[in-house]
Amino acid sequence: MADERRGRSFPLLVTYAVPCLLALPVGVGLVGVVLPAFGYLPALGGEHLSLEPFRQLVAMPGLGVSVLLSLASGLLTTAVSTLGVALFLAAFHGTAGDRLARRLLAPLLAVPHAAAAFGLAFLIAPSGLFFRLLAEPLGFDRPPDLLIVGDPLGLAMMAGLVAKEMPFLLLVAFAALLQADPERRMQLSASLGYGRVTAFLLAVWPGVYRQIRLPVLAVAAYASGVVDVALILGPSLPAPLAVRLVAWMNDPDLSLRFVASAGALMQLAVTAGVLLLWIAGERLVGALRRGATAGGRRSAEDRALRLAASVPVAIAGASVFFGLSWLFLWSIAGFWAFPDILPPSVDLSTWNRTLPNAAGPLATTFLVAILSASLALVLVVIMLEARRRQFRAAAGRPVRLPRMVAGLIYLPLIVPQIAFLFGLQVTLLSLDLEPSIPLLVAAHLVFVAPYVALALADPWFAVDPRYEQVAASLGHGAVATLFRIRLPMLTHAVLTALAIGFATSVGQYLPTLLIGAGRLPTITTEAVALASGGNRRVIGAYALLQTLLPFLAFTLSGTLPRLLSRGRLAMRRA
Amino acid sequence: MNVVAHARGPDVAPCVGEGLILRDVEIALAGRRLLRLDRHVAPGETLTVMGPSGSGKSTLFAFVAGFLDPAFTAKGSVILNGGELTGLAPRRRRVGLLFQDALLFPHMSVGENLLFALAPTVRGRRARREAAERMLAEVGLADTFCRDPATLSGGQAARVALARTLLAEPKLLLLDEPFSRLDQALRAATRDLVFSRIRERAIPAILVTHDPADAAAAGGDVVVIGEGEAEGEGAAIDEAALASRKKNEALASSEGGR
Repeated sequence: MADERRGRSFPLLVTYAVPCLLALPVGVGLVGVVLPAFGYLPALGGEHLSLEPFRQLVAMPGLGVSVLLSLASGLLTTAVSTLGVALFLAAFHGTAGDRLARRLLAPLLAVPHAAAAFGLAFLIAPSGLFFRLLAEPLGFDRPPDLLIVGDPLGLAMMAGLVAKEMPFLLLVAFAALLQADPERRMQLSASLGYGRVTAFLLAVWPGVYRQIRLPVLAVAAYASGVVDVALILGPSLPAPLAVRLVAWMNDPDLSLRFVASAGALMQLAVTAGVLLLWIAGERLVGALRRGATAGGRRSAEDRALRLAASVPVAIAGASVFFGLSWLFLWSIAGFWAFPDILPPSVDLSTWNRTLPNAAGPLATTFLVAILSASLALVLVVIMLEARRRQFRAAAGRPVRLPRMVAGLIYLPLIVPQIAFLFGLQVTLLSLDLEPSIPLLVAAHLVFVAPYVALALADPWFAVDPRYEQVAASLGHGAVATLFRIRLPMLTHAVLTALAIGFATSVGQYLPTLLIGAGRLPTITTEAVALASGGNRRVIGAYALLQTLLPFLAFTLSGTLPRLLSRGRLAMRRA
Repeated sequence: MNVVAHARGPDVAPCVGEGLILRDVEIALAGRRLLRLDRHVAPGETLTVMGPSGSGKSTLFAFVAGFLDPAFTAKGSVILNGGELTGLAPRRRRVGLLFQDALLFPHMSVGENLLFALAPTVRGRRARREAAERMLAEVGLADTFCRDPATLSGGQAARVALARTLLAEPKLLLLDEPFSRLDQALRAATRDLVFSRIRERAIPAILVTHDPADAAAAGGDVVVIGEGEAEGEGAAIDEAALASRKKNEALASSEGGR
């Protein structure tokens, strides 16, 4: 019996050790930012605690507008994305439109935020595709003098975020739908006379939302502290808070680091505010829904609404897709004057100039991504397997990650990156650690592991435990069973998780910038750095290269299982 | 992996008694006794355990095979051919399992499923393949070695599962309603196949079932649990107690309170 207990406490330990390891940098980073925020950073001559950094912060011109921009970005982006997903599913769940969206949107997961933002910028800029199409009918021969990209209200920035986050949330919701029992609930509601949209929103959506809540909150946190998309599409005078923080942090005037640290704490408060407001909004919507349910209105005629519901998702998907195509055109365009919709001549000179410069960053990107994704996979597998071992038998007893473990793992997705990356950078500096590939991999791991865990946890716990009982009864040990039964059965889920981790790492801007300290440029930092330059041809080439790596990863993760399964039918379905 | 131990099975004192002895086995959940059994099952004989759902039949299996959920407490000994099983890891018990579902590993061919079960002491590619082919022929499925398990019918899959289990040369078989998913005609044929193999190999077996026809075909003793019968007295699991116990445990583990 004592043996038995030891056999269970070890997995318990591991279940908690892995998330603690992953949450550690967040904790260290936050401590590392709190001290300088109150003036304490001996390395820079701050030896007394004071409120001076906050006084300077508040005195920064336009700070209020920056804070408001961040708040609005977090709330509006999340609201529009979530609402778009809910309406789309309500109108199209189970129809051909739904299947089409699944097929068309899945590749968009591979597109990094920066590339999507560049694509949108190219479409809506005064000299972009949109106005070229309008040029002839409206009769102007030069780009209109409008401030669209970088508008002071941040609308372009929010549109760029929505274009990327709405397809992401929709794909997450597709997975969650399976467990919300939509078919029977819809049939039941229809038999009571409810229209499609009403039935879905009242009977199915609450179950879906409960499952996608964490990704939704992650979107809110991300949008409230975003830097790369804001640099490309956002306003500059003043910029959203997070963008200004990065500028202060990298300012040659080292005393601004105290202000930046105080600002990081303010960013933390802003994101917390966004999340609290969002949660309050959830309550409000819940109350409205209960009211609607109690009222019993059927809204059986909802054809017009259903048509309208396809618009947001379609625009989001189309803007990323056409944006990328437009980027590609620019990367091969010769001379391309304004009203022409297609370039009159194409050549490879941009690529010939770009590729030699991009090769180094591309290699760094690949190396860091493959290492951090693989490492994350190993850690997540160890953690999930330890959790599962705690529950020996009992088919039908659902195994989940304990709430605290889940909270720790997903913490880096909810805490704004910038708030703790500063502190981490300061800590690394005071430890005299030079930027290096292993350090960058470790930093990426913090953001990659949560997504790998999100992707793998459900399939991992869904495998019928009796398969492993059979394997054990045939005389096989735990390690053999893991490698010969569980992992092969989960080939598809494992490779998908790996690809998601890889894509997440490729898209990381801020950790690469701050932890790499500019000395380990990746394709993402290089692309974002081009934003201010405005050379469309080079930007097009870099944004495409940035998309290429994740796209290859997803293509491989989609085709490899088929090759590895040697045509086993049950594996193809899985 | 300890190949020697696997090949010889549990290190047992020789021939204290052949077959399976369940001595004063008592399984309880949260202080409530679910079942008590004191039985001897001779080699080649099948003990049938019947009882309503939730009466603890599967719990008995989990206990004997070594998968008992730690939420349960179990007392007593399980002695197989003179050796105590309860302290052994599941993989050293040599207890064959057959479930309602065939549970063939979907990423392996039929043949690979069998080779996975064959002891590593059978060496050489050809020898191993021949052993697997022989076993397939024995269950009437010659020439299915390369088949994808997903293409088999329910009856065929059940027979492959039996072949896989037997190929590992178990010293005891646990049958968890293995016929309940088969239709009437197949059920009789599969039943006959299973019980004839058990008798031929002289392995003790325990069968859990709802179907009196299964019990009749098994031919051995019948124990009814969960209804306070004289033989295997016990109590139906209190579902509420089970649920609250599990909830408490989940809470405790989520708070790291252990």
